[in-house]
Amino acid sequence: MFEFIAFYAFAAIAIIASLLVIGQRNPMYSVILLIVSFGALAGLYVLLDAPFTAVTQIIIYAGAIMVLFLFVVMLLNVPREEAIASRLGARARRTGAVLSLVFTLEIVWALTRLSVMPVSSGGGGSIGSVARIGTALFTTHAFAFEATSLLILVAMVGAVVLARKEHH
Amino acid sequence: MIDFYAVIPLLIVVLAGGAAMLAEAFRQPGERMPIAGLGVIGLVGAAAASCFLWNTDAQSYGAIRADNFALFINLILCGIGILTMIFSNDVVEREGLPAGEYYALTLFAIAGMMMMAAATDLLVIFIALEILSLAVYVLTGLRRSSAAGAEAAFKYFLLGAFSSAFFLYGIAFAFAISGSTRLDVIGTAIASGPGGTLALLAVGLLAIGFAFKVSAVPFHMWTPDAYEGAPTIVTAFMSTAVKAAAFGAFVRVFLSTLEPLQGHWVPVLSVISALTMILGTVVGVLQSNIKRMLAYSSIAHAGYLLLGIVAANASGKAAVLFYLAVYAIANLGALGIVALLGTADHEHDQLRDFAGLWQSRPGLAGLMTIFLLSLGGFPPTAGFIGKWYIFAAAVQEGHYWLAIIGVLSSVVSVFFYLRIVVMMYMTEDAAGPVRPPISATAMAALAVAMIVTFYLGILPTRVIDLALQSIQTIY
Repeated sequence: MFEFIAFYAFAAIAIIASLLVIGQRNPMYSVILLIVSFGALAGLYVLLDAPFTAVTQIIIYAGAIMVLFLFVVMLLNVPREEAIASRLGARARRTGAVLSLVFTLEIVWALTRLSVMPVSSGGGGSIGSVARIGTALFTTHAFAFEATSLLILVAMVGAVVLARKEHH
Repeated sequence: MIDFYAVIPLLIVVLAGGAAMLAEAFRQPGERMPIAGLGVIGLVGAAAASCFLWNTDAQSYGAIRADNFALFINLILCGIGILTMIFSNDVVEREGLPAGEYYALTLFAIAGMMMMAAATDLLVIFIALEILSLAVYVLTGLRRSSAAGAEAAFKYFLLGAFSSAFFLYGIAFAFAISGSTRLDVIGTAIASGPGGTLALLAVGLLAIGFAFKVSAVPFHMWTPDAYEGAPTIVTAFMSTAVKAAAFGAFVRVFLSTLEPLQGHWVPVLSVISALTMILGTVVGVLQSNIKRMLAYSSIAHAGYLLLGIVAANASGKAAVLFYLAVYAIANLGALGIVALLGTADHEHDQLRDFAGLWQSRPGLAGLMTIFLLSLGGFPPTAGFIGKWYIFAAAVQEGHYWLAIIGVLSSVVSVFFYLRIVVMMYMTEDAAGPVRPPISATAMAALAVAMIVTFYLGILPTRVIDLALQSIQTIY
């Protein structure tokens, strides 16, 4: 029963906060609401018996990425979002609304037809336990893990190239 | 130790990329270093390693499989890489691109591409896709002073990130069916299961991810802008190498793992293929910028390649591999020539810039003509044979209307390739900016590309047989 209530509470917080994120005119509020949404997601991960994912969610998303967002918002110093929507005609907005409605119906339709099979967790300990993630990372997914280092290297080189001052 | 063999070609290219970075770090200001030569050495090494691995079907870490299919793509990628390095040696300095970073990113991109074509795990395919994409986004925006370059890179990056999300969603659904990201496990789950909604969602989302990377209609929007805004040498590289890698993974995922669902995805992909061929050709006719024109032409060529996947009998599959090689050489040759003629202040990418090229540079005009004719599908160039095999496979499989669209769009596309040729031969040399000199190495590389174009056009059987053998190894 507790899990049931907790799930709906976290889910409601996540959805409402996400809705509010796109509804705000002040980007600062949006960013802070996004933290709320991420925090609620972390709660859902705990309910899924994935404590490690929950902690990383908080450290990386609610922590690092949000700080980045805040920095950008502050550096750009945009107090209020310019009303871009007014530049789109009424027709564009209506089309957008219809499209998102169709998409929502499509998702609802697809979800009602799903037959979800429980994915085996392979026994022994919760899926998200640090030990099991570590084992999987260094055995099954060892190559993917190593390949990620190349990905990060490319990203770093790219960031340096794009960010440094021109010296030609 | 055996476990390690399949990643050797990839590893060599990564090492070459690292060496390029180190060379840049130790470079004195103003010193010229032969970094391109370093890249060529690495790529030749990777090609040699690929040849040694031929027929061994080596597998590494349960994620990389150096079957003949992957090795065939590896060889195409090494060819593209070597030509790019040789052209870059002329171009990079002149255009004021940061040399060390340029070569390192290009080599890392090639490593990512090799990984993508050889990966047997969706997770690794995704990581490889991101490696090559990130590198190519940055390469697109490498000219920091150019507003068009920044716009191109930004568009490519935003849309690319969006398509990555689709691809990742597809992986999540595939995982939901099978409890694994390994292609073989997913394949077994799909073959045994009824192909429910989840499987169809996975197929659709993965198809969107791939269609974006190969720039198929309606996911092609970024292509003309990115290809036009990028430095020409980067356009040459990404229009060929990214396509080769993406089609490699596309073929592996759709023709082996997702083959049981063929009844579902063939109709969708045939419509996409038809639209891609038509739009690429029709809009291409209207362009006056060569890079933009060749961007639309590359969209059309993605349509022909998709047709090969749709008509996936044995000869159709082999035709995809063969066509990838043919297209890569011709497109790289044509765009390479545009890059070699460009300078920092003058890109030499307008149609009128080519006026009278025959009078001032007869050799270059001749080479350009041959590459363009190959793209258009004229006999006896390789392009003709490639298209012949693909359309023949489509007809054999009963996709008559697709084959008709393919032939008609090829005929129309000849119009815009010939516009360049007419401009080169039949117009007076415009008193435009002085065209830069071209090194003997670059000319030799172009000549080799031309010889290969003719070789594949006149004696294609040997390579087609190799393609046939290699495509069979993905099962």
